Amino acid sequence: MHLPAIKELLYKIADDQLILGHRNSEWTGMGPLLEEDIAFSSMAQDKIGQSLALYTILQQLGEPPPDTVAFMRQGSEFHNCIFVELPNGEYDFSLVRHFLYDTGIAIRFEMLTSSSFQTLAELSTKIKGELRYHTLHANTWIKQLGSATPESINRLQTSLEYALPFALGMFEESPFEKDLAEQGIFDGEKILQERWQKKIGEVLAQTRLQLPPWNTIEIATGGRVGKHSEHLQPLLDEMSEVLKIDPSAEW
Amino acid sequence: MSEITTQRVYELLAEVSDPEIPVLSLVDLGVITAVTVQGDHVIIEMTPTFVGCPALETMQNEIRELLVKNGINKIDIEVTYRKPWTSDMISEKGKQALKKFGLAPPPSRQLFIDLDVLEHAECPRCGKTNTELKNTFGPTLCRSIHYCNDCREAFEQFKPL
Repeated sequence: MHLPAIKELLYKIADDQLILGHRNSEWTGMGPLLEEDIAFSSMAQDKIGQSLALYTILQQLGEPPPDTVAFMRQGSEFHNCIFVELPNGEYDFSLVRHFLYDTGIAIRFEMLTSSSFQTLAELSTKIKGELRYHTLHANTWIKQLGSATPESINRLQTSLEYALPFALGMFEESPFEKDLAEQGIFDGEKILQERWQKKIGEVLAQTRLQLPPWNTIEIATGGRVGKHSEHLQPLLDEMSEVLKIDPSAEW
Repeated sequence: MSEITTQRVYELLAEVSDPEIPVLSLVDLGVITAVTVQGDHVIIEMTPTFVGCPALETMQNEIRELLVKNGINKIDIEVTYRKPWTSDMISEKGKQALKKFGLAPPPSRQLFIDLDVLEHAECPRCGKTNTELKNTFGPTLCRSIHYCNDCREAFEQFKPL
């Protein structure tokens, strides 16, 4: 097994889940309605739990313990895409991101259920089932609000156009694409992106939202190699605040 | 001290309840996937209901505590996804206990193809399906929120997974 390749793969997925999990948790107590407050909080808990399981596999492969990698790394050491670190903005952007991101991560884990890396395949089978609730939730709201009033449609359309370049950054290729595919660990970002575009198109076709031609969208890359926006560091500072004040704190 | 057997360990584990749903034992919940006894060494394999389940650590502590109290000191608990948990792993006894507790048991996951299955959950009070889905997310990761139009009260369902 190609260790650097598999570590890179695990880190980027775990980091995506951790950072978006943290962003989702920022809706706790702030949701536009109680149900959404609970939904985003629950999805935050799922995502952070799933990132912990992935960091635990990394630990078994010789990396530092989960809390250390989650709380003690510098921004430039994170491999998440820029998309997940963007501030929540208003609910329309959070919802659009939730839809675009969770459609992608659900397909990613589905692909990983047949990975030759057995431990990851087993965990992916489990996570795939959980993410179904996330995609059901996203699709329900996108379909409803994407066909509701001029305001809801306009808001989602504006957020969609803003989000797409960042969303495509989820599929920034790794230097190990070939190794991962050859060893049957992961079929690769290109295949994932094709499947994602198809699925996104299918859902949006049931709304009044317009998907711009894919080839007109400029891709926001960099996250996978540690080049982040100005929004990541404040998030990390907040996430690790308690640990940095008192490293021995328990709760 | 009597010899430790797999059966004895299962009997003890049946006394440990889910911290979030106290009427359900870990065995009936289906999270214990294997028990191996080698002399005085007990190896327990377990798997969480949800990957992000915060009760997992409490469950492990309670297992250890109970086994130690019963003279078993060499314990290894391994958390694995080799046999991932599904809601179909809740035993029949467990499903009845959930219902009595006021929590609708999960429908078979084979039926869970889209939201429609969740739309009209069976009310644990009146047993009828004149109900509405309010939220696929609830007070814990494993529960959804519903409303019974006949009882005019909200209830929760253990989610199919």
